[in-house]
Amino acid sequence: MATSGAILVLYLIAHMYGNLKVFAGQEAFDGYAHGLREIGYPLLPESGFLWVFRIVLLASILIHIYSAVALWARARRARPASQRYQVKKRVHRTYASYTMRWGGVLIALFVIFHILHLTVNVISPGGASDSPYERLVNGFQPQFWFVTLFYVAAVIAVGFHLRHGIWSGLATLGVNQARRQPVLNSIATVIALVVTVGFLLPPLAVTFGLVS
Amino acid sequence: MSDIDLYTEGAPIRDEKAPEGPINERWDQRRFSAKLVNPANRRKLSVIIVGTGLAGASAAATLGEAGYNVSSFCYQDSPRRAHSIAAQGGINAAKNYRNDGDSIHRLFYDTVKGGDFRSRESNVYRLAQTSVEIIDQCVAQGVPFAREYGGLLDNRSFGGVQVSRTFYARGQTGQQLLIGAYQAQERQIAAGTVKMHTRHEMLELIIVDGKARGIIARDMVTGEIETHFADAVVLATGGYGNVFFLSTNAMGSNVTAAWRAHRKGAYFANPCYTQIHPTCIPVSGDYQSKLTLMSESLRNDGRIWVPKKGGDDRDPRQIPEDERDYYLERIYPSFGNLVPRDIASRAAKNVCDEGRGVGPGGLGVYLDFTAAIERMGRDAVEAKYGNLFDMYQRITGENPYELPMRIYPAVHYTMGGLWVDYDLQSSIPGLFVTGEANFSDHGANRLGASALMQGLADGYFVLPNTINDYLADGPFEKVDEQHPEAVKAKDLVTNRIDKLLSTNGSRTVDSFHKELGHIMWDYCGMERSEEGLRKAIDLIRELRAEFWRDVKVLGTNEEFNQALEKANRVADFLELGELMCIDALHRRESCGGHFRAESQTEDGEALRHDDEFAYVAAWEFAGVDSKPVLHKEALEYEYVEMKQRSYK
Amino acid sequence: MNITLRVWRQKGRDDEGRMVTYKLTDVSEDMSFLEMLDVLNEKLTLENEDPVAFDHDCREGICGACGVVIDGEAHGPERTTTCQLHMRSFNDGDTITVEPWRAKAFPVVKDLVVDRGAFDRIIQSGGFISAPTGTAPDAHANPIPKPDADRAFDAATCIGCGACVAACPNASSMLFTAAKVTHLGMLPQGQPERASRVVKMINQQDEEDFGGCTNIGECAAVCPKGIPLDTISQLNRDLLGSLGKGIG
Repeated sequence: MATSGAILVLYLIAHMYGNLKVFAGQEAFDGYAHGLREIGYPLLPESGFLWVFRIVLLASILIHIYSAVALWARARRARPASQRYQVKKRVHRTYASYTMRWGGVLIALFVIFHILHLTVNVISPGGASDSPYERLVNGFQPQFWFVTLFYVAAVIAVGFHLRHGIWSGLATLGVNQARRQPVLNSIATVIALVVTVGFLLPPLAVTFGLVS
Repeated sequence: MSDIDLYTEGAPIRDEKAPEGPINERWDQRRFSAKLVNPANRRKLSVIIVGTGLAGASAAATLGEAGYNVSSFCYQDSPRRAHSIAAQGGINAAKNYRNDGDSIHRLFYDTVKGGDFRSRESNVYRLAQTSVEIIDQCVAQGVPFAREYGGLLDNRSFGGVQVSRTFYARGQTGQQLLIGAYQAQERQIAAGTVKMHTRHEMLELIIVDGKARGIIARDMVTGEIETHFADAVVLATGGYGNVFFLSTNAMGSNVTAAWRAHRKGAYFANPCYTQIHPTCIPVSGDYQSKLTLMSESLRNDGRIWVPKKGGDDRDPRQIPEDERDYYLERIYPSFGNLVPRDIASRAAKNVCDEGRGVGPGGLGVYLDFTAAIERMGRDAVEAKYGNLFDMYQRITGENPYELPMRIYPAVHYTMGGLWVDYDLQSSIPGLFVTGEANFSDHGANRLGASALMQGLADGYFVLPNTINDYLADGPFEKVDEQHPEAVKAKDLVTNRIDKLLSTNGSRTVDSFHKELGHIMWDYCGMERSEEGLRKAIDLIRELRAEFWRDVKVLGTNEEFNQALEKANRVADFLELGELMCIDALHRRESCGGHFRAESQTEDGEALRHDDEFAYVAAWEFAGVDSKPVLHKEALEYEYVEMKQRSYK
Repeated sequence: MNITLRVWRQKGRDDEGRMVTYKLTDVSEDMSFLEMLDVLNEKLTLENEDPVAFDHDCREGICGACGVVIDGEAHGPERTTTCQLHMRSFNDGDTITVEPWRAKAFPVVKDLVVDRGAFDRIIQSGGFISAPTGTAPDAHANPIPKPDADRAFDAATCIGCGACVAACPNASSMLFTAAKVTHLGMLPQGQPERASRVVKMINQQDEEDFGGCTNIGECAAVCPKGIPLDTISQLNRDLLGSLGKGIG
């Protein structure tokens, strides 16, 4: 769980960095997207690195989901429905920790949509295009506000997921000594915020006409 | 005057196992003379151990490690919850790590003197010798004792002793020692040498051919009455302070196992010796279920007082200095607030009896930290006593930094118990008794931090080196559930349970227990008199008769039934209480925790009569409404000179 | 004060339970929560109703026997054991819901009483230092830095009450296990068995059907003894170390 999560967090940060290139213009953004396919070339075939990368990501996601389902099933078994509390009060837990499971499902659904939309471009609100930049700009036009809204909701879910996920992953990896806890909590919050904001900026900029 | 209307006197007894010779060689000598059991034969021998406190768990672990087949029983849901866990202060050991003149001999001397010359020299010396090994053993198990910055163990002084020999783990020494013993026992459970029976209560002893061969226990979840056999039975069932209803004991602490053994022939020694601890939180109402002790270290800096005139119910802060009576400082100018436990307790009772007590019911005295806070500053007081102040505030809802605390004495420990010889064997062959359940090592008064020491000494080191002498003659003839003695014992248990469940009277078990507690506290508590004790005996007899006529226990035996559990225990307390009063009545002297109003010096201090009473009173059961038989075991002092204590 | 109690009543392990409502008048605010239940039981007994079963023993916050969920919080609104909770933490007219610890690993024995034998079995699996009686070196043979000894003590104060499991959304016993792993792992005497101990204890914990830890922190938040949450991190570190060495 923690290891696959760590890979995914690192990927998200890189992905966000790439996204922000949208503010540097169409050329920079498309060039970056193309550049990803050239990494390792000619040592690796065209897009070779990207495919390795995708396989690692896919494996991480599958492991992550498998672990999540296993944990969820264990928790269900450990306190079956017949033993639910009649009254349950939150004492300490963060809101973020509540959202891990259903937030995770939402994120998974979003990722599928996201790939179909911006990677494969099967779903193409505003028209398909070979230019990733154009796909982005087309997809988040104001008339497709519902696309933006879904995207925003999913990114916020990612933010919450990271807030607890980073903290929890570090604990599982044995890093959270008492004196480090305030720092680690801050790091988790900061990464979650940065990633959330970083991912929200490009589509919102499109929707509100700052990027066209 | 004679008490012969209440008991008869039987033949004197002596401790046949006590070795002779120089006191420091006796334990070695006994270990050498005791028969051994070949390791290969141990697995053919079985031992039942009832109770999993320090004395029981340590014995179960050690005998398990040795390779015996051990069956361990406790009434709690886990052996880790036995009441040893609540001991706060510490454990004594004659390590002399402080280089302050401590030695085995000094610990021996302090204990004999502290016990007011009513304990056996040989036993106490062995206890002091063993204390050293206990600390080593516990550290090896991972007990996290307090340490200094150099990494070595810290010590403190305790209970008016002049050396620092007390090892401690903050205010939770008992917990840490018990968890150590518990883990050692769990390890043997995993290894298969100890079989654990939790939520099982021993209700009868089985004796076959004069030997203790097993117990009848009730499975407290299913109600099944089970028969368990072994080659020897060990009772490590703790003290009987709950005969007073209110005490610092756990709610479940009881005398039943020991009392059932007593009824089957085991002598009960010195039942009247009870220790009453001066610094407990007072009773707040009728619903009160137990009393909570606060470490007596509070008396190092707090000043104890009551208003000079009775019925003064002003806010204590409004009572001016010259209208306060710092009675301990007044009566005992040299020791002041630091007099021993029994003296501080009795003085508090006296001022309350004069009508000058404070708080609900006038049963309390002030323990005031105002002067300490002025002198040391609030932070220093908090650093030293913060956890105790928090505990006080949690229970009373009052802030002790602002208002003086209210304290009152409470029953804390019972020095009496089943009579045992040097091998810890009772007067029934094959029945051994360890820890607080036996009577042996503290005499008439126990020093602070010595209970933990005795429990672990018995369990880790003494019993495992003496029980072999008995077991070497085993395995004994096989008995099964059809044996007439087993059937008889089981019938006794089921008949009693049937009686309790079928009486269907009008009073709850707790109401009887509370009433018994009041009788015991009023007449057999901190101060006892001929008149009061005789009255108490009559009251107890009446109450016992009423109990069997009018007790109300709902439900059935075949279920988890806490009222039934209590009823079984209270039934035995109702018999024990009478014996305690008879013992207190016959002992016409004051010694340690036993204060007879008729036996005091001119200025009101305890007065012993060594010429008449330097003996252990071992009582033999003769039937519920028959006179018990007194057997005296003379106490001889070769190494410590008998003196009268003085704290003026 | 007058209060209304909603109490979980369940005859036995396999019976279906239900909430039953009782009214109690003249409750003193100086009563402990358990003394309030005592008063209820006296009343029920005199009315020929089965008294409410609940576990309790020392009533001074150290034995770990007591423990119920009060208004959705393990041990109730104060951070202490149920026996040390007093009625002054409630208001006149309150309705108070009382439930047992709920976890598959802690089956209900009766009413508010549960079986916590799983904890003992976790200790049996490795929560000890193997030091048979008589084999110990002198207590001063092994100096231990004070901070290590203090941390070991902090972890060792666990009373095994089970509130951590009761409060955990996953019904995980991780804090209990981690406290023991930390206590013994901080001490030099605990080193020889350190690597195998954590693996054995985790395996036993899984076998007992406790849930998995997702580092939510409800356990440490309700722990009456303040066992620090970072003991779990320490357990994980030990566990990774052991798995790295191929133990497990």
